Amino acid sequence: MTARRQFIQQSAAAASALAFPLVGGAQPRSIKVGILHPVTGALAYSGQQCREGALLAIEDINKAGIKSLGGARLEVLLGDAQSAPQIGAAEIEKMNEAGCAAVVGAFASAICLATTQAAAKYNLPHVVDVGVADQIVERGLKNTFRFGPGYRTCAQVAVANLHVLNTAAGKPARSVMIIHEESLFGTGTANLLSRELPGYGYDVKEVVRHANPTRDFNNIVLRMKSVNPDIVIPANYYNEYALLVRTMQQQKVLPKAIYSVLGGAASSYKFLKEFPEAANGIIDCNHWFNPKDKRSAELKKRIEAKGLFFSYEVFMAYTAVRLLADAIDRAKSSDRAAINDALEKSTFADHFMPYGPTRFVNGQNQGAQPLMTQVIKGDIRVIVPRDYREAEPIFPLRA
Amino acid sequence: MIRDLAGIAVFVLALAALTLALDSGVWLNFVMMTLYAALLAQAWNMLGGFGGQFSFGHALFFGTGAYAQAVAQLQGGWNPWAALVLAVALAAAVGLFVGALSFRYGLKGSYFALVTLAFAEVARILAVSVGFTGGGVGLMLPLREGVANLQFGSRKGFIVLIGGFVVAALLVTAWLRHSRFGARLQAVRDNEDAARAIGVDPWRTKLGAIGLSAAFMGAAGAFYVQVFQYIDPGIAYGAHVSVEALVGAIVGGMGTLWGPLLGAAVLHLLAETTRNLFGQLPGINMVIYGALLVLIVMFLPRGIAGLGVSVREAWKGRRDER
Amino acid sequence: MLEFGILFPSVLNGLTTGAVYALVALGLTLIYGVLHIINFAHGASLMLAMYGVYLLKTRLGIDPYLALPIVVAAMFALGYALQRVIINRASHGRDENILLVTLGLSIVMENLALIFFKSDTRSIETAYTLTTVAIGPANIALAKLVAFAGALAASALLIWIVARTHLGRAIRAVAREKQGARLMGIDVDHVYAMSFGIGLACLGAAACFLLPAYYVNPQVGGGFVLVAFTIVVLGGMGSFAGALLGGLLIGVVESLGGLFLGESLGQIGIFLIFIGVLLFRPQGLFGARA
Repeated sequence: MTARRQFIQQSAAAASALAFPLVGGAQPRSIKVGILHPVTGALAYSGQQCREGALLAIEDINKAGIKSLGGARLEVLLGDAQSAPQIGAAEIEKMNEAGCAAVVGAFASAICLATTQAAAKYNLPHVVDVGVADQIVERGLKNTFRFGPGYRTCAQVAVANLHVLNTAAGKPARSVMIIHEESLFGTGTANLLSRELPGYGYDVKEVVRHANPTRDFNNIVLRMKSVNPDIVIPANYYNEYALLVRTMQQQKVLPKAIYSVLGGAASSYKFLKEFPEAANGIIDCNHWFNPKDKRSAELKKRIEAKGLFFSYEVFMAYTAVRLLADAIDRAKSSDRAAINDALEKSTFADHFMPYGPTRFVNGQNQGAQPLMTQVIKGDIRVIVPRDYREAEPIFPLRA
Repeated sequence: MIRDLAGIAVFVLALAALTLALDSGVWLNFVMMTLYAALLAQAWNMLGGFGGQFSFGHALFFGTGAYAQAVAQLQGGWNPWAALVLAVALAAAVGLFVGALSFRYGLKGSYFALVTLAFAEVARILAVSVGFTGGGVGLMLPLREGVANLQFGSRKGFIVLIGGFVVAALLVTAWLRHSRFGARLQAVRDNEDAARAIGVDPWRTKLGAIGLSAAFMGAAGAFYVQVFQYIDPGIAYGAHVSVEALVGAIVGGMGTLWGPLLGAAVLHLLAETTRNLFGQLPGINMVIYGALLVLIVMFLPRGIAGLGVSVREAWKGRRDER
Repeated sequence: MLEFGILFPSVLNGLTTGAVYALVALGLTLIYGVLHIINFAHGASLMLAMYGVYLLKTRLGIDPYLALPIVVAAMFALGYALQRVIINRASHGRDENILLVTLGLSIVMENLALIFFKSDTRSIETAYTLTTVAIGPANIALAKLVAFAGALAASALLIWIVARTHLGRAIRAVAREKQGARLMGIDVDHVYAMSFGIGLACLGAAACFLLPAYYVNPQVGGGFVLVAFTIVVLGGMGSFAGALLGGLLIGVVESLGGLFLGESLGQIGIFLIFIGVLLFRPQGLFGARA
């Protein structure tokens, strides 16, 4: 059973900090780990999915505990960043004071920027579970580690693979229209794509930026009709992505390919279930698990048994926690500096992500990569790279 | 006035003692964020409480200050202290602009509130669309600790900074309570036509108020950037900043010296204590917060600082009828 | 971009989207335009109504359009109760307090929804979700055309209520001179509550027309609040016809703005109009009161 601790008052937190044995040599029976996500506010859905994934990982780890520490269990301290960076930072202060050995979080890039910085003050190890903005790992913070890829890697992989697919099909596609949401992730991704695509010979005819939330996509689809791009590249969150694709379906606009980069609903079981026709054929370059590793299927079953969807937030957070547990095991201690050191030198390979053995440089896992998936015959299948391929890509969707 | 100044002096001493005594990161952060919320409320109070002009878009001035602080350093290579001066000045200028337009065309009450909201939204949309603000990506200040760089390793340094702003705001508020200008402002608030009849120029008076109010919001924005080192259009011009400013001031007691500080402290404490009360069920803390807000308004219609006034009046057998 | 094949559908889209905005604004016209209550909880109330429509469809299989009478009645009751029991009592008649109370209510509503419905976005699938009607070069979603008709009907109904019924006369009296109305024997508290109820009932109707073409999650209301206020002021405080026309106008402005300036920057058109109207023509299009 997972031990879940709740914060009651700051005084209690401070008291427990005093009570926590940090004397060298003492073997702790339990190690406090902070799990921090925006579980209320605008990002509530993603935050809650992340939390679920993290908690499942803790459950699995605690079956045997941390071996090198005599089976010590991980004790969870849950934090709510309330979809605001300053609240995330405040929660870090509490976690620090409560004696957390490390923190995993905080999903959103803007929040991660604040939380990693706050954690750095105390050299508190902070594993970033999603947070794709590259700035997160470019500030020289020695306590910040991101297991998954940033959006620069995702954009580069996406463009390179688009070229591979296009070339293999005889280069039927040339013109591109990018549709992105206006904040950090969408704009950053779109900027990178606009820069990379022309280098491969693609014509970026239009870049459309939209607000969060956008109530109606009819205008954007109208422009799409008039621009008539071969490829539509959306980079936005679930709601807008779903609305966009549904509107395209309604207006009978079908480009040669819908090619998402970090698309909010593109490789989403939820979207697939709710709008199977609209989802059909969509290609996504996104966080994905290794489909050949049975453990991913097992986790999927467990999450679905809870009535939840197996979204990227779940497995990203799950594997981030397992990375941390592995580091604690190697460090053979709950001392923060030791854990930071273990993370930096980590070669963690016992995971179901397509990253190979871990290797951190400046806090970024070098092996991290997104996978290309496509919705084929009602299921999400990996198409690129070949090592993980589950089905032949269908490109273009129409001649 | 002497009483107010004495009170402020006591506050400064208490704050200093508290800051020196505290060692916990959690408590220091709490004090810092409370002072920050207090500054927002104090700024709003100058225009809303004393001037009677309710603004729903105070984030406009906050965001302007924040972006000025960030852009001056990143694009202009300015020293952060110099950028701070620019932030305050620019925010005040924007305040004067909005005020000049709105008051010139006689906007009052809810119309004024809504126009400020609209201006804030326009600013947010522009910030997303323009290049030098970094657009949707936002701006990030590089980490470089040092007093000269206005970045402090410990929260204590930031508490001194925000404390300074709060004290300045307290002094200005005290001045509003006792000066000729303040009297004119309150006259305009209570009855604009009557004030005009006795020779007060409502337009200039209100303009002065909004300028002051905006300047302090700009300071708050610059402060935010220095502490959290990241700003984007949503954080800068979003409604939550405007709401935080007005809620603190109204709950604490509009038009009073200590009201905004009290309101901000109470609300902040409320938010902190409810946040992790029921960690298993996200959202329930906000339900409690919202419910308590309604209850506070129900039982303390004049705000917390107004409690003393209400009690006195009830004692004297007078009823506030509307 | 300027070709008819693009402009015409864009304008039609704007009209249909604007019709939904108008529905949301109609309720606010009464609450804000007539009673001068700045209702921060308007968006959250719309959200609750939409969840109601969602539940009726998914649990009881009732089509959103058929659910109209149920949702409208339920929202009316909710509005009446909220105003009578909470808002009236908590605000002590002070404007700034009403503001805070409605703000507190919106926080409570949004987070109750978060607890009960979780944060996922939900949408409904009906037989006509993907149906479009061809009007010239444009393909307009059927759901949106129905919404347009609904907005017209609702405005007409409201105009009739305020102009011809006893309640309507009482509302007008209270809006003009509260103390005087009280002295004439009008139960002011009851009238306020009825008005608030009608206002929320409009949201109920808006929800029925909106959900087939959109989605619902706890934060969905926020995107409509600002636009609703803009329309109320643009139309002229207290004028239902003004709110309808204002809504349509704003819809078209948003649509064309999005077409020419980009979807993100195009939003600016709405607020610039708002500021312009407030500064230069505060009585709005239909000058109900200066």
